[in-house]
Amino acid sequence: MTSTTEQFADVSATTLLRFATAGSVDDGKSTLVGRLLHDSKSVLTDQMEAVEAVSAQRGQEAPDLALLTDGLRAEREQGITIDVAYRYFATARRRFILADTPGHVQYTRNMVTGASTADLAVVLVDARNGVIEQTRRHAAVAALLRVPHVVLAVNKMDLVGYQESVFAAIAEEFTAYASDLGVPEITAIPISALAGDNVVDASANMDWYGGPTVLEHLETVPVSHDLTACPARFPVQYVIRPQSAEHPDYRGYAGQIASGVLRVGEAVTVLPSGRTSVIAGIDALGESVDIAWAPQSVTVRLTDDIDISRGDLIAPSASAPATTQDVEATVCHVADQPLAVGARVLIKHTTRTVKAIVKEIPSRLTLDDLSQHPNPGQLVANDIGRVVVRTAEPLALDAYADSRRTGSFLLIDPADGTTLAAGMAGESFASKAETTVQADEEGWDF
Amino acid sequence: MTTAAHLHTDSGSDAPYALSHLDALESEAVHIFREVAGEFEKPVILFSGGKDSIVMLHLALKAFAPAPVPFTLLHVDTGHNFPEVLEYRDRTVAEHGLRLHVASVQEYIDSGKLRERPDGTRNPLQTVPLTEAIQSLKFDAVFGGGRRDEEKARAKERVFSLRDEFSQWDPRRQRPELWQLYNGRHAPGEHVRVFPLSNWTELDVWQYIAREGIELPEIYFAHEREVFLRNGMWLTAGEWGGPKEGETPEKRLIRYRTVGDMSCTGAVDSDATTLDAVIAEIAVSRLTERGATRADDKMSEAAMEDRKREGYF
Repeated sequence: MTSTTEQFADVSATTLLRFATAGSVDDGKSTLVGRLLHDSKSVLTDQMEAVEAVSAQRGQEAPDLALLTDGLRAEREQGITIDVAYRYFATARRRFILADTPGHVQYTRNMVTGASTADLAVVLVDARNGVIEQTRRHAAVAALLRVPHVVLAVNKMDLVGYQESVFAAIAEEFTAYASDLGVPEITAIPISALAGDNVVDASANMDWYGGPTVLEHLETVPVSHDLTACPARFPVQYVIRPQSAEHPDYRGYAGQIASGVLRVGEAVTVLPSGRTSVIAGIDALGESVDIAWAPQSVTVRLTDDIDISRGDLIAPSASAPATTQDVEATVCHVADQPLAVGARVLIKHTTRTVKAIVKEIPSRLTLDDLSQHPNPGQLVANDIGRVVVRTAEPLALDAYADSRRTGSFLLIDPADGTTLAAGMAGESFASKAETTVQADEEGWDF
Repeated sequence: MTTAAHLHTDSGSDAPYALSHLDALESEAVHIFREVAGEFEKPVILFSGGKDSIVMLHLALKAFAPAPVPFTLLHVDTGHNFPEVLEYRDRTVAEHGLRLHVASVQEYIDSGKLRERPDGTRNPLQTVPLTEAIQSLKFDAVFGGGRRDEEKARAKERVFSLRDEFSQWDPRRQRPELWQLYNGRHAPGEHVRVFPLSNWTELDVWQYIAREGIELPEIYFAHEREVFLRNGMWLTAGEWGGPKEGETPEKRLIRYRTVGDMSCTGAVDSDATTLDAVIAEIAVSRLTERGATRADDKMSEAAMEDRKREGYF
C-alpha cells in the first residue's frame, strides 16, 4: 500500500462517475462487479469473510461473489438479483457509484432505473454466445435513456481461446447495432472476469488488444460535459426568505442547475409565466460566485421582485424553452398496475407536479427487435411505449435528447402515489433505425 | 466576487466544468433537502450527535442559508449514550437555535412499554420510541444519515423510502427511483424516510468533515478509555451493564468509528488524534465501519434488513 496521505491528496481531487452494469443471467456480471470491487479495496475483510462463510455453509467451493451485491433475504434465497443495488468504490483517479442492475427480462424497469442516472453503461456478453436478444435489449435501453457512453465487455474470452476473431465479430455486430440506435460512444473490451484479463490489469493472453482495460476506461472517460454544453435550466425548488434583521430583503431561489451555466448579469425568463429579469447574484452554498454550472446546487437572486415559486423554471432569455400542454414521449412502465388510455395521472417534471390525462398510447415497443406494436390500449409492467399526455398546466419541457434532466418526468397515480412510468420527452431513439434493424432475423432463414 | 476555490477543477479532470466528487455529493444532498422542504408538511432530521447526522445538519444549514433550517430535530435516546455526545448534541441545538424532540428508550422501559433484552443491548429497542414519535408528532418526512455503503440491505435502500403506517420497510415494494425525480407522495399516516447521504461513503464523510472544518464529539479521536472485551468488541465500561463477571476492564488508546448505544458500539484501537490521521487510518482499514464496531449487525446475516423492515433506520 502506498503512502496514505498521498492517496488522500489524490482522491480528494477526483471526479465522480456513475455507471450501470447490465448483463444476462450467467454471463458473469457478478464476477465482473466482484472483481472491480475486490481490486479497489471496496470489499473489506469482514464482508469477504461473511461471503466465504455463507458460501462454505452452502457447500460451494469458491466464494460466491454475487453475495456481495445481493443484499436482500429473498435475493440470497433465490440466488437472483431482484433489485438495483448501489455500490461504491474508488481509485486514485476517480470515485465510482455503480448501479448493479438485474439482468432478468422481467426487470427492464430496474435497468431503466440504473441507467437513468448513469454516465456509462457496461453491457456484458458471453463470448461463446455473442450478441443475443438480451444484449440488444440492453443496448436499446441504454440508447433510449441516452447513456452517453456504452462499454461492451465481451466476457469469458478464456473459454474461446482468447481469439481475436471471436471478439472482433461480436464487437462489430454490437457496434453496428448500437450505433444505429444512436449510442454516441461505444468501447468494446475483451475480458475474462474470472481470470482477470483486461478488467483491472492488461491481459497477457490477448496481446492483440491495444485498448484500455475496463477500469482504465472507467477512470478516464469524460463526464459532465453533456450537462454544461446545453442551454441553462434552473428549476426553482424552494424560495429562501429569511425575513430576519440581518437579511430583511433577501429573496433567493434555491435549486440545482439542471443543465448549462448561469452567470451574474444574464437576462433570464421565468417559465411558465414568461416574466423577465436579470441575475443579480448567485450564492453557491454560502459563497457568492459569478458563475455556476450543472449540477451545482445554488441560490439565485434576481434584480426584480417578481412572482416566482417552486415549480417555476429560470432560463436564459436567449435560449428559453417553449412551454406545452401536449407532451409526446416514450415511457417505461414501472408499476404493476397498467397504464391505459384515458388514465388521469400526475406528471412530475423537475420541481413541478401537475395533473394530466393519457390521451393516446400510439405504440408499444418490442425491445427484442425494436418493432412497434400499434395502439396497444395499455402498457403493463416493463413495457416501453409512446404516449401522448395532455397536462392541466403548461410545462417547460425540453426534449430528453437535449437534457436528461429537463426532458424526463414521472407519471404518478394520484390515488395512491405509485410511480407508474418513467417518461422521456421527444423522439425515442437518436436515429430512426427501427426499420433497418428488423432485417436482423437470420433465425428465420430456412 | 470570485468562484470558490474548491469549485474549480483540479488538474487531471476532464472537462472545464467538472465537479469534484465531494462537490457533486454535496450538491445532490442539498437538492434532496430542498425537495423535502418544498413538498412535505412536517419533516424532521434524526440527530444523534454522530458524524453522519452532524454532516446532515451541516448540509441542511448550507441548503437554506441565510434562512434557518426549516426542520426540527429528533433524537432517540437509548439511555446508554456517550455523555460527550449528548453534550455535543445539546450545544449544537442551542448554537443554531434549533428545536430538538427526544424519544427516550429509558422512559419506555421505566413505564413497562419496553422490556430490557437479556443481552442488554438497547439498539433494537429504539424502533418503538422512534416510530411512535413519528406517528404522534405527525412527521411526514424523516431524514436519516444512513449510507448505502454501510451494509448490504442499506445498499438496496432508496433515497426516498416510503414507510407504511406501521413504519415498515418492504424492500420488494419499493418505488423505482429515476433520475433525480424523487416521489414523496404518501397517504395520511404513512411517511417517507429520506437519506441525503445515500451515495456517500465513510471516507467521503470524513473528507467532507475535514474540508468544511466541522467539529465532532471527541470520542471520534484517539483517547485513553476504560474498555472491556465482549464478543470481540471493545465496549466502554459503565453503569449501563458492563463489565460483567469474567470481563476485565483495561485502559486502552482507542477511538470510535461510529457513535451509538454504548452496549453495542465497539471502539477501535487507534492513535489517530487529528482529522488527517483518522482519514489516513480509514483509507487503509480492512474492516467496514459496521463490521468493526457494531455488535447488533452480527446477530444474523440479515440483521439490518430485519430491523429495517420493522421500522428501524
